[in-house]
Amino acid sequence: MAPPLFDYVLRLGDDRLVLGHRLSEWCGHGPILEEDIATANIALDLIGQATFFLRLAGQIEGKGRDEDALAYWRDENQFSNVQMAELPRGDFGFTILRQFLFDAWSFHHLDALGRSTHAELAGLAAKAHKEVRYHLRHSSEWVLRLGDGTEESHRRMQAALDELWPWTGELPYQDEVDAALRAEGIAPDLEPLRAPWESMTKDVLGRATLTLPAGPMRMTGGRKGRHTEHLGHMLAEMQIVARSHPGASW
Amino acid sequence: MVARHATDEERLSPESALALLQLVKDPEVPVLSVVELGVVRGVEVSGGVATVTITPTYSGCPAMEVIEAGITAALLAGGFRGVELKTVYAPVWTTDWMSEAAKEKLRAYGIAPPGKVTAEQLVPLGRTVRSATCPFCGSPNTVLESEFGATACKSLHICHSCRQPFEHFKTF
Repeated sequence: MAPPLFDYVLRLGDDRLVLGHRLSEWCGHGPILEEDIATANIALDLIGQATFFLRLAGQIEGKGRDEDALAYWRDENQFSNVQMAELPRGDFGFTILRQFLFDAWSFHHLDALGRSTHAELAGLAAKAHKEVRYHLRHSSEWVLRLGDGTEESHRRMQAALDELWPWTGELPYQDEVDAALRAEGIAPDLEPLRAPWESMTKDVLGRATLTLPAGPMRMTGGRKGRHTEHLGHMLAEMQIVARSHPGASW
Repeated sequence: MVARHATDEERLSPESALALLQLVKDPEVPVLSVVELGVVRGVEVSGGVATVTITPTYSGCPAMEVIEAGITAALLAGGFRGVELKTVYAPVWTTDWMSEAAKEKLRAYGIAPPGKVTAEQLVPLGRTVRSATCPFCGSPNTVLESEFGATACKSLHICHSCRQPFEHFKTF
């Protein structure tokens, strides 16, 4: 069985790889040139962060798998990202709202992980946290602008929130993997991060004149390799070149 | 009189390696060397082999591979027998490592240089107005067009005084 630290770092990498790939789908399709560039920039940051985390995961596992092996040669049930990250990109409002909800979580999560007793993990988290501040500023500005915008933009943002909110229940998910590492001070407890995340998101969503849906949170399972029907399709596209030409380089 | 030749120890020293690395430029901002940019954190030399400690700027910066290749090529061409690159992530890269002279080079090149990192710049939420001084006419009357420019490290601005669009190396 893989050590808990491998699973833990893999989860950090998978969230960013999958979300980064979804964001990269906007490249060439952005609503305006500046946003095309912005989403591509943020996607690059996320995929860069994923590279660092997956590389570290491979080193912890010690079986010779590097970041590329982990990104391109695992199947969907071996991916451990939160399900929210894999949902199709939707319209720009959906994409930017998902980004905001994830950025706000990342902002608190990485801040806490920056105080990990695992020096390399703490260093990677601190670096990523600095970048997430930029991402969060960008996504929160758009949520305000579109939520408190025209009738049409408000309608779309509210629809996106109704769809996305239940999926956020998976963000603070923890299990035996976290528990083992919490004892050593490697992983932070996610429970105390719920409240500051909620107050940050509710503040912005409120100012954006959006209403939180009342419905229940969804089932979780992404951390255990259970995914929506969307991840397999996304991976097929993401992995096909690497799998068609194993070991190719340019 | 006997001409004195530099010994290997003098020729292949951390100082001579750093001098060579001053010639390796950032491919995206070719007026700054990888040393001025703060990517090179240190050099050690042992038996003619240079070990260069580097740190990435932004996680997603696609220029890092080119920079790594440039460092290796420059040191090998300068006579080093081997080059080892060691990547570190802490302390986290910051534009505060850039010297005033390096910032002036950026400005002369047409890129508004980064300011000092302050707590205010780290505020993550809301509609904020951040201004930069126009590198062409020196006017502070400029507006932020987008936080994300042609590369991760730059934002886009427009000068109201000279009507010139320009890039700003983000304070990070």
